[in-house]
Amino acid sequence: MLGFIIRRVLATIPVMLVVALVVFLLLHLSPGDPAAIIAGDNGTQEDIERIRATLGLDRPLVLQFFTWIFDLLQGDLGVSVYNKVKVTTLIAQRMQPTLSLAVFTMVFAVSLAVPIGILAAWKVGTWVDHAIMGFAVIAFSCPVFLIGYGLVFEFARKWKILPVQGFTPIEQGIGPFLSHLVLPALALGLVYMALLSRMTRSTMREVLGEDYIRTARAKGLDERAVLLRHALRNASVPIVTTIGLGIALLIGGVVVTESVFAIPGIGRLTIEAVTQRDYPVIQGVILVASMVYVLVNLAIDLAYGLLDPRIRY
Amino acid sequence: MKPAKTWLARIAGVLLAFAALNGAQAASDKTLRAVVHADLKILDPTWTTTYITNRYGYLVYDTLFALNSKFEPRPQMVDTYSVSDDKLTYSFTLRKGMTFHDGQPVRAADCVASLKHWVVRDMMGQMLAKVTADYEVVDDLTFRLKLKEPYGLVIDTLGKPATPAFIMPERIASKPATEQITESIGSGPFMMKRDEWRPGNKAVFVKFANYIPRSEPPDYMSGGKIVKLDRVEWLYIPDNNTTLSALMAGEIDYFEAPPLDFIKLLQENSDIKVLNIDKLGVQFVLRPNFLAPPFDNFKGRQALLYLVNQEEVMQAAVGNPDLYLKFCGAYFLCNSANETQIGSEPMRKPDYAKAKQLLTEAGYKGEKIVLLLPTDRPQYAAAVTVLGAALRKAGIAVDMQSADWSTISVRRARKDPIDKGGYHIFITTQGGPDTASPVANTWFGSGCDKANPGWPCDPELEPLVTAWTRETDAAKKHELVEKIQARGYVSVPYIPYGQFFQPIAFRSNIKGVLESGQPVYWNIEKQ
Repeated sequence: MLGFIIRRVLATIPVMLVVALVVFLLLHLSPGDPAAIIAGDNGTQEDIERIRATLGLDRPLVLQFFTWIFDLLQGDLGVSVYNKVKVTTLIAQRMQPTLSLAVFTMVFAVSLAVPIGILAAWKVGTWVDHAIMGFAVIAFSCPVFLIGYGLVFEFARKWKILPVQGFTPIEQGIGPFLSHLVLPALALGLVYMALLSRMTRSTMREVLGEDYIRTARAKGLDERAVLLRHALRNASVPIVTTIGLGIALLIGGVVVTESVFAIPGIGRLTIEAVTQRDYPVIQGVILVASMVYVLVNLAIDLAYGLLDPRIRY
Repeated sequence: MKPAKTWLARIAGVLLAFAALNGAQAASDKTLRAVVHADLKILDPTWTTTYITNRYGYLVYDTLFALNSKFEPRPQMVDTYSVSDDKLTYSFTLRKGMTFHDGQPVRAADCVASLKHWVVRDMMGQMLAKVTADYEVVDDLTFRLKLKEPYGLVIDTLGKPATPAFIMPERIASKPATEQITESIGSGPFMMKRDEWRPGNKAVFVKFANYIPRSEPPDYMSGGKIVKLDRVEWLYIPDNNTTLSALMAGEIDYFEAPPLDFIKLLQENSDIKVLNIDKLGVQFVLRPNFLAPPFDNFKGRQALLYLVNQEEVMQAAVGNPDLYLKFCGAYFLCNSANETQIGSEPMRKPDYAKAKQLLTEAGYKGEKIVLLLPTDRPQYAAAVTVLGAALRKAGIAVDMQSADWSTISVRRARKDPIDKGGYHIFITTQGGPDTASPVANTWFGSGCDKANPGWPCDPELEPLVTAWTRETDAAKKHELVEKIQARGYVSVPYIPYGQFFQPIAFRSNIKGVLESGQPVYWNIEKQ
């Protein structure tokens, strides 16, 4: 197991290098110039040239790349070309809102999606199954921003029971922290919940048709034990895979959700950095996101071993 | 109790708890929560021309002079000043007792260092530098500015409201002009809380207790800057719908730049006030590229004047007729002291045949005219679309090339030929007192290679502008403005494509919002 983990961690190094190279080239070869944005709409050409020289953007691309890689190998992601704040500081400032939203969303989605998926599989063909799957189709089809605006209108503007926007760090009180996360997690989690409940239903249906389930029922086990101990455990590998794949969906969804609910997280940092061509920030955020994705996949691979005794590394 | 009822009771309990928490959050205090139009990214007001950094500058720093509502520069940090009989020496004495946020006194040496730093960057500052012989620090509160020749815009330059000469401590202002200033030490009415600054999210300013306001009442950007708030929080919410909801729900107090589509909705809400604080407004700039035929010929540029229908542009870009002028032919803005309609007659009514004729005379042979359309600036995109339709009506082939503003701002600065990524026309906006000045209106500057992208080039225009800067008699100055504008409509550095107004919106418990041209936070109180 330890050997497997070490091999997988080492394998991330070339992956990260390729990501770094591709991101760097994509950014620097695509149109746009932070110097022009910094100078402002009324900035003169002279201003733009001066800023470009100060930022080192007039140097050859190869030199810029190797400077960045050299700094990166020393753990230095650079500083924002705009505010001169370290990229690591900017990412750290944005980590808590995004992680809180992601965890809250995951807990909400998984804790609801798995039970209703099991229920739909158990009651297959009945109105319960149709209702759950109908809800899943609608939730999956609705864009996150639409759900978000709908929730804001209903719960924040009409009923005034939840805040419209923003994020309160947990150290400022658990109540405000939670109240600011409810609507965004609901908006983001519905799509994820729909995907996961459909996957749970189809996997459970397959497993519930197996001979050993019939045997379990024949020997008189109660239905709860059949569903949770025999069926769910065997159905859990594809469900866990879907949860893992859903992290990517979550990362994509976070960008929209953070914008709609004005949550100062990684998603908004990325969007702002891209539109402003803040190269060090974009490069830093993408590297960190790639690293997170690789680690989540590693965690899922390890979870297979815990869920299925036949899988050993 | 049945299980279903138990669950309903629990859910209701949770919702009530959230409602209580939410209510507690919205409680009134002396903190103004303002959603600003852009994220504050750069803390050096001499490094960038962006409005957000300019507004940050007015919170943290102070200026020697500031404009009043008649657009006259009035002393601000300066107590008294005098001009020598030969008009070559200006002597300034500062107000007593002013200090910087680090507790150090504001000295004449700080002012001189700040001016020397600023004149390198600012266009009007550069013009002042050209006629400056020397600065002299007389004592802690007095300094002199000595000129090589009389210059009529010394005080106007020191009181200009956009990218003004903010006064910083000498140790900061002495840094080379190539180095970005990252400290926030000014002598302005607010101090920035650097520990609470979260780029992309929030900037916090607190009242500077040692600020000594002038005794006069506030008037536009001049007069007493009396701070009645403890704290101003600038929030950056990129989604306008979210900001609108937050304002209506009372989570924020002040919406600096509500989209013009929202104005009617906001006006109908009794909890919200909408106010136009800038009577000069914003001007659309339609910029032809002087390097790209047929606009390298003045007839080609004049042809564009016959395609203008400002009301149509405003309807598309602004919508609400209360927020725009049906027609403004003034290069230096309607409602300004330099307003004149001279030369704008061709823009009064479209004449497509005349436009086509002038273009043909300029050498147009049916090639596609490339318009740059910014997809992420809806107002600009609307104006470009109207222009495209007008060109087509005149029988001109049009190629609208879409990109985000960031890409366009780079592309417009490239002098490439059309087949290698060049362009014919782009649109931008400008506003405020600088636009109203023939010398500070950067898009009017026609200095060829040294001009802004589009590179207008008119050797006859520049001497007229220089004469205006040297003239001190008001009547003669206005005559010169008329000559400058008349010449402008011959060489057409750009086309004034309409003038509109951007109001602000705030909760009705906010009082004392000043009509200062740009949002300022002194005099505001929260009741």
